[in-house]
Amino acid sequence: MTTATIKAPPGVSPARGAGRARRRAAGWLILPAAALLLVFFVYPIATIVWQSFTDPAPGLGNYVALLHDGISVTVIVRTLVTALIVAGSTLIVAYPYAYAMTKVGPRARGVMTVLVLLPFWTSLMARNFAWYMLERRDGLIDRMLGLIGLDGVVLLGTVAGVTVAMVQVMLPFMVLPLYSAMKQIDPRLLDAATSLGAPRRRAFAKVYLPLSVPGMLSGFSLVFIMTLGFYITPALLGSPQQSLVPQVIGQKVSALLDFGGAGALGAVLLMITLLVLFVVSRFTRPFTALSGTVGNE
Amino acid sequence: MSDAVKPAVGRDHALGWGLKSVVALVGLLLAAPTVVVVPMSFSGADTFEFPPKNWSVRWYEAFFNSERWMFSLLTSVQIAFLVALTATVLGVGVAFGLDRARFKGRNAIRSLMMAPMIMPGIVVAVAIYGVFLRWQLNGTATGFVAAHTVLALPFVVTVVSTSLAGYDRTMDVAAATLGATALTTFFRVTVPLLAPGVLSGFVFAFVTSLDEVVIALFLQTPDIQTLPVQMYNSITLEIDPTIAAASSLMVAATTIVLLVPLLVRRKRSTS
Amino acid sequence: MSPSPSDGSHGIRISRVSKVYPGTARPAVDDVSLDIAPGEFMTLLGPSGSGKTTMLSMLAGFVGVSAGSIEIDGRDVSRLKPHRRNLGVVFQQYALFPHMSVAKNVAFPLQQRRMPKADIETKVAEALKLVHLEPYADRLPTQLSGGQQQRVALARAVVYQPRALLMDEPLGALDRRLRDQLQREIARMHRELGMTFIFVTHDQHEALTLSDRIAVFNEGRIEQVGTPADLYERPETLFVAQFLGESTCFRGTVDRQAGVLRCERFSVRVPEAPETGSGVVIVRPERLELCADETEVPESHNRVAATVTDVVYVGTHHQVGLRFADGTTGMAMRLVGPPLPAAPGDDVTVAWDPAHQAVVADPAGAAVSVPEVRSATPVLP
Repeated sequence: MTTATIKAPPGVSPARGAGRARRRAAGWLILPAAALLLVFFVYPIATIVWQSFTDPAPGLGNYVALLHDGISVTVIVRTLVTALIVAGSTLIVAYPYAYAMTKVGPRARGVMTVLVLLPFWTSLMARNFAWYMLERRDGLIDRMLGLIGLDGVVLLGTVAGVTVAMVQVMLPFMVLPLYSAMKQIDPRLLDAATSLGAPRRRAFAKVYLPLSVPGMLSGFSLVFIMTLGFYITPALLGSPQQSLVPQVIGQKVSALLDFGGAGALGAVLLMITLLVLFVVSRFTRPFTALSGTVGNE
Repeated sequence: MSDAVKPAVGRDHALGWGLKSVVALVGLLLAAPTVVVVPMSFSGADTFEFPPKNWSVRWYEAFFNSERWMFSLLTSVQIAFLVALTATVLGVGVAFGLDRARFKGRNAIRSLMMAPMIMPGIVVAVAIYGVFLRWQLNGTATGFVAAHTVLALPFVVTVVSTSLAGYDRTMDVAAATLGATALTTFFRVTVPLLAPGVLSGFVFAFVTSLDEVVIALFLQTPDIQTLPVQMYNSITLEIDPTIAAASSLMVAATTIVLLVPLLVRRKRSTS
Repeated sequence: MSPSPSDGSHGIRISRVSKVYPGTARPAVDDVSLDIAPGEFMTLLGPSGSGKTTMLSMLAGFVGVSAGSIEIDGRDVSRLKPHRRNLGVVFQQYALFPHMSVAKNVAFPLQQRRMPKADIETKVAEALKLVHLEPYADRLPTQLSGGQQQRVALARAVVYQPRALLMDEPLGALDRRLRDQLQREIARMHRELGMTFIFVTHDQHEALTLSDRIAVFNEGRIEQVGTPADLYERPETLFVAQFLGESTCFRGTVDRQAGVLRCERFSVRVPEAPETGSGVVIVRPERLELCADETEVPESHNRVAATVTDVVYVGTHHQVGLRFADGTTGMAMRLVGPPLPAAPGDDVTVAWDPAHQAVVADPAGAAVSVPEVRSATPVLP
């Protein structure tokens, strides 16, 4: 992937004076996109956060209400727990897969990469529809489990059902950072550890596992954050009694036009997201691994 | 340490049985939902069944004969095309600006460009819905295109930035020493080398818009509904097997569209 | 000075070992046998892909043997996991644990052996002293130069006194000066520790300077085993002659009764011809005399007319390029100092004592692939 080429050192261009002027001019190319983001992204988010403090009355009323309405705290905790479970399960499922990707030959690795990117590529609605059909009563999962004597397993409308579908959706975001961290680990390190007297298992635990921590950290935080804001999958596959923060935000806005309350919940999500990003960025750079993979295969 | 996976010289590189079966299971989890949709769409029955007892293309007929489905398909494709165009133009500008210009706050701009990718989707959706209510952009094509362009920009910027980062600037110098003017260099050297990256950016933007549901759900009006919204409504409101056909078509469409840049690149590298 | 091959009860005995990787037709190692005496410095030398690294990996236990057995001190270890073999391994890319300090790296094998903490500290300090890296104990490997990293790897591999130290191209990643320096250090460690060293390299220079004995690998087989002098002076195959050092090779047909090798335009005397058939006479460049006057040459010597094609000055000596009557090209070497008897374009008589030549079979008269030898300078034994 990296090619050893001779690169012009930064700041050296064929014509120095002209180059500098052109370099400054290049900065203006960013302006249109920045303007678009300011108007259609930064401003709306700032507005809704502002509204959480002002609508209907100035003050912290919306936040106090979250604490006292008897449901919001439960929903927030449930959302956090769900995100933890999804991120944890995704990590457990993705780790051996990513490890295997570093061990197989190039052809098998190609197939495995395509498989990982499948959920990335296939339409979100198509996938949710498929899970809907798989998980409902008399769906494929119900009937398959019926064959081995487990009757009436209906995942639809349960936290488990949402989790399974989310794990599938999130797998690429876990496998790719894990893989890019693992492929940096010299496979000879395991040989070295065993030659020095560590049994294979202990060599893995003492050498490989610690070295893959950056990948685990970025994958975990990425999945955790994305799960927090997921709306469609829980809305379709979950139950209204077990709703998560995104659904409550959606209801507040579409049914009650309560932008203040929605803004307060949204601000909570934003704070958690930024906190996770901040903490993780102190150890690793979670999104470099991902951004490198978007256009890769 | 080198960053490429080392060729396994002098090692037996077969996976153990345990690992092999885990990989197979995960592969199944990844592929299963996609695989299930397609046969379901060819069912001959009035309700969903898997596997279908008899086969027909009646749900495809239903899809193409339904004014509502066809209209939402058309809407989606039009919006996605406009989004891809806008996001590509803006995103290429950003990538060039970040690559070539030296100014303070470059990292801040980079983070801003990536922000729509990691902000909780629902928060972005209701925030945009809120201001669009005031600006009366709900249910307008302008509103859809603007909102989807915000989501598509990060993809274009990353893809084009990646190919710019891999672009060897000594080639500009080489072209200059061979007597090319700056303009000739740009069109004969820079553009052909970056075209695949830009094309992937366009395709990613197109697919991002085509596939987007959350914002589209909030911005929808009876007059303007995208295909994913129509699919969402058909699951929650009526459960009409036509959605299986729609899903299969979406899977096929995104696969074909995403394979285009791959094939272009493959051809380039083999020729 | 060079220990004799062991009787098998001590040291390492490799018996008829083969390795076929799944999915490949040609064995990577093909029926190799080799005895290594305790305390010996044995080098496995060969071009890349010749099977030497696979052989080392099988010794260490990273890959299993397909056939044959490996015994260490009389015990068959072929089926033993690497961590039970008690061997030290040094890798080309160092393979230091990047998340552990130098001292932690060196302590790792001792911890695996459940050594008491105080003993570990003493041992680690001793090992770091051995490689002159005491001040670096708390650094991370990435904070060290390549040469220092490889010295840490050496310390880590000997600190638990393994039965042998295996090294896989340990100097391959270093630049020339560091390589020479570390070479001397490895030689010193071998002297001080008295441990069996098994060293894999494709560099003939390294092999000749360091080893007690060298096993030359080619296409999965051992071509010849011997002391550096054996291999240089008495190569048994054309491959060995061409892989180690420079040589002039005369191809022809051996006439055993006449005691000569008949080439196209001339004959060369071969007093101890092994057998009749096509053969090659090999002469090292420093054995070739250049004479303007043929009468000076002793009667017993071989003599062949040649044209000087070029003269290259390489510091300590001149390399004189030669073309013989049958088109064979060759090279002679003259120390700088005495005046050169010939200039490019001159016709000279090339002479040498047949005692200093080697006669080997011509491999089926087929074109022999000459491996690319890294250094252009000939090697002085």
